[in-house]
Amino acid sequence: MNAPAPNSTAPKVVGAEKIKVVVSAIVPLNNLVTRFEFKRAGGGQFPTFSGGAHTVVEMQDGDFKRINPYSLMSDPADRDTYAISVRRDDQGRGGSLFLHQRVQVGATMTLSSPVNLFSLDLRARKHLFVAGGIGITPFMSQIKQLDAVHGNWELHYSCRNPELGSYVDELTSKHAHSVNVYYDDKKQLIDLENLLDGQPIGTHLYVCGPKGMIDWVRTTAAAVGWPDAHVHHEEFLAPQPGKPFAVRLAKSGLSVEVGEHESLLEAIERLGVEPPYLCRGGACGQCETDVLESEGTFIHRDHWLEDDEKSSGVKIMPCVSRFEGKTLVLDR
Amino acid sequence: MSAFKFPESILSRPVYGILEPRPGKSHLMISDAEGAEAILGLAVRTPHLMANTHIIFIPNGTKFGTKLQALNPAQYYEGPSYAAALSRIQRVLSDAAMGLQIYLAGTEGMMGQAQNEAMQAGYDYTAIQTEHRGSVARRMQCVHCKGITEDVIIDPFKCSHCGLNLFVRDHYSRRIAAFQGVCIDAENPGNVPPSTELYS
Amino acid sequence: MTIQFNDETFRDDYSFSNSQRAKDRFPFPFHEDSYMYSINMEQHQGGPADSIYEKRFDVDEHYLAEMRDRALVLADDPLRCQSLPHMTLAGWDLLELIMVSKSEDYPELFELHRNGSKWHWINKPMGIEDHFVFMDETTLPYGPMEYITRQTQGDFCVLDQREDNLWMDAGMVTTQADWSLDFDIGMNFFEWHAPVPLAHEKGIFKRALKFLLSIQQGAPARRLNWTMTVNPLLDTSPENYHKWGVQKNTLTPENLGSKQHLRVELQTFFRLPRSNGLVFPIRCYLMSFQDIMAKPKWGRRLHRVVRDLPEELATYKGFIDNRPMMLDFLAQYDDGLPTSFGVWADEHSEPSLQK
Repeated sequence: MNAPAPNSTAPKVVGAEKIKVVVSAIVPLNNLVTRFEFKRAGGGQFPTFSGGAHTVVEMQDGDFKRINPYSLMSDPADRDTYAISVRRDDQGRGGSLFLHQRVQVGATMTLSSPVNLFSLDLRARKHLFVAGGIGITPFMSQIKQLDAVHGNWELHYSCRNPELGSYVDELTSKHAHSVNVYYDDKKQLIDLENLLDGQPIGTHLYVCGPKGMIDWVRTTAAAVGWPDAHVHHEEFLAPQPGKPFAVRLAKSGLSVEVGEHESLLEAIERLGVEPPYLCRGGACGQCETDVLESEGTFIHRDHWLEDDEKSSGVKIMPCVSRFEGKTLVLDR
Repeated sequence: MSAFKFPESILSRPVYGILEPRPGKSHLMISDAEGAEAILGLAVRTPHLMANTHIIFIPNGTKFGTKLQALNPAQYYEGPSYAAALSRIQRVLSDAAMGLQIYLAGTEGMMGQAQNEAMQAGYDYTAIQTEHRGSVARRMQCVHCKGITEDVIIDPFKCSHCGLNLFVRDHYSRRIAAFQGVCIDAENPGNVPPSTELYS
Repeated sequence: MTIQFNDETFRDDYSFSNSQRAKDRFPFPFHEDSYMYSINMEQHQGGPADSIYEKRFDVDEHYLAEMRDRALVLADDPLRCQSLPHMTLAGWDLLELIMVSKSEDYPELFELHRNGSKWHWINKPMGIEDHFVFMDETTLPYGPMEYITRQTQGDFCVLDQREDNLWMDAGMVTTQADWSLDFDIGMNFFEWHAPVPLAHEKGIFKRALKFLLSIQQGAPARRLNWTMTVNPLLDTSPENYHKWGVQKNTLTPENLGSKQHLRVELQTFFRLPRSNGLVFPIRCYLMSFQDIMAKPKWGRRLHRVVRDLPEELATYKGFIDNRPMMLDFLAQYDDGLPTSFGVWADEHSEPSLQK
């Protein structure tokens, strides 16, 4: 009998149903960025979502299952098609290369239900968007969401050069007055302090792009008196490679060596153990794992744990962090 | 020093700090009565802020006005009461731009109300600084008639609107800028314990 | 399935009563002979046939009477339903969630026909039929949250998710166990739970919040909460406490069985897609002590739970003064026999009262 478990001490993070999809279109925008469009396998509608949401894409690359998060850039009101835009990274772990070089129209994949770690603050009187390069993607869906209700937004978008200005034409033709584009090759820089000066009270600032840009915007905003609660950012950390290391999972009684190019989370999953996750990029906190025993050094790369949790070595975020040393025993 | 050490309480009870200078394009400092001492203390540490500061002061019987004016802030306003100052506060906030730092000092009632005005203008409360000085009397909302009774210093007290006897809770609403008062003799009508002073 | 709707009251003459079916499906919340807070969350993806867990939003025999009571509460005090301006989008999310769920789960009672954004909703039990444009409030008689929750059993807290916290920024709250929406609206998860004794020190709310922040679309969760009420009074609000509080003194050993009610809240948590908010429905089930005693296992267990409950909890749940009288009554139904683990009455296997 399916009686409710009345007193579980460890609440399970409920995994929502995954969505099987078919690649319906592949649209190269320029030398680096390609848009992938999906339809639901077997027909049917996609769930709607809130602008800024991402989906975690699972793709089979031979024996290896690639699992990467991408912002949904399609219109949340479009229930027939989901779209992501992927920037090719030749130095990366291969996910973007796989998509660019090996995936064709008709390929099947699995998407997670949309998850939003970069949502609009709906109280805002005005939304000020600062995008760098591929960081434009979450703003694409947010702009469409705001336009549907005549929301007040302004975009400042920095690109390397016109050729690599993904979606610049679409944005400037539809929103000439709200979109400002800056090209690095013409030395056009966002005059950030000036931009932040004089914004009406109740404005919220959102930044998405390379780490350097995010840090610059956050630091500048704080220096001119913007409250932290008014400044929002999203940065998908990709797991960095590192020396292989051994880890033991106490609960499961299993051990594994984490390879140079796989994350600790991926190694745990390889054993058939499935920690919860929502972002796989060090931000959402879901994969937080207790360390039972360690002898070595932690390499924390996440944005989730507090400083004292990092220095005391009692917790680790397996999606992006690593370890170097003799012993690591985790509570999984 | 007119500061009071509030006893530790439940998580919805506001906790006040010590005003510190923060980077910003402009600064709005609102204080009542002994709250002026906190502003004066801040100005002594960072006199350069004054060129971009707007001070709003409600004396409530104290005489700090001259000293505050002598700080030479960019703007200075002295109001006879919070109610009289309210329309000016609302206008200053609605005209404000991001990059404004807000500093509140004085009674809980004044700070709570001014904080709420800033929130209504779209400014998140987490960045608003508060420092308590002076009276520890509370603004109380009667949960039954929704009327606010000002300057409550005893527990239980009589709602100044509907007359019910209310006990003082530490549960606090930023939106209403008041603590909650609930009927003390609902279960035993007429059985009202003698009032004691708050924090005694 | 046809439901016979009761014509009953939750005030004045208190004609409320539970049919045998309602008594059999009552969500007795205690799985063991004592009680302490826990997060006790689980998936809300169905349950045993005809249980309160089977459908996304349970409709039972009390539906029409509860909606009548809600309308009376709102006529008397409109502040029981409030929505801060930025929460209208979440209200539409909730309206869609309830209309889709109920029209699918109870097709003989509710119909939803959608033609793009032109929606047509039929609520047969309440005799409501409306055509409106989804996302256009000018086409509905109330804001979307108020519109649909006037037709759905239980209270609704609509939460905004910001800064890794949840904010109670909208709600329809007419059957609450003694808290005020008007006062608490705008508070975050820790603040609105501030008055709950003991739980904060145990870190319960920190863990619960982390779980709630991760809830995704299509994967709702649920848990049970409970308290006590004298008389089957739904509106035990602080606003009216000065009117209903005195009822606690009307208990006598003779009437306790029929007047004292166990009040169980089925709390569910659904992610809202367009607003990224969370809705927290709180659905109230009442059962009198005498009806509970008819199930021997529940009779034994309730006595032990009430007897051993820490004083702070009995005080916070409002029955500390009546506890001695309640225990005198309950003791008659506790023969000291062991009880099986789990909330179900297990009437086929638990022995009858040996006294």
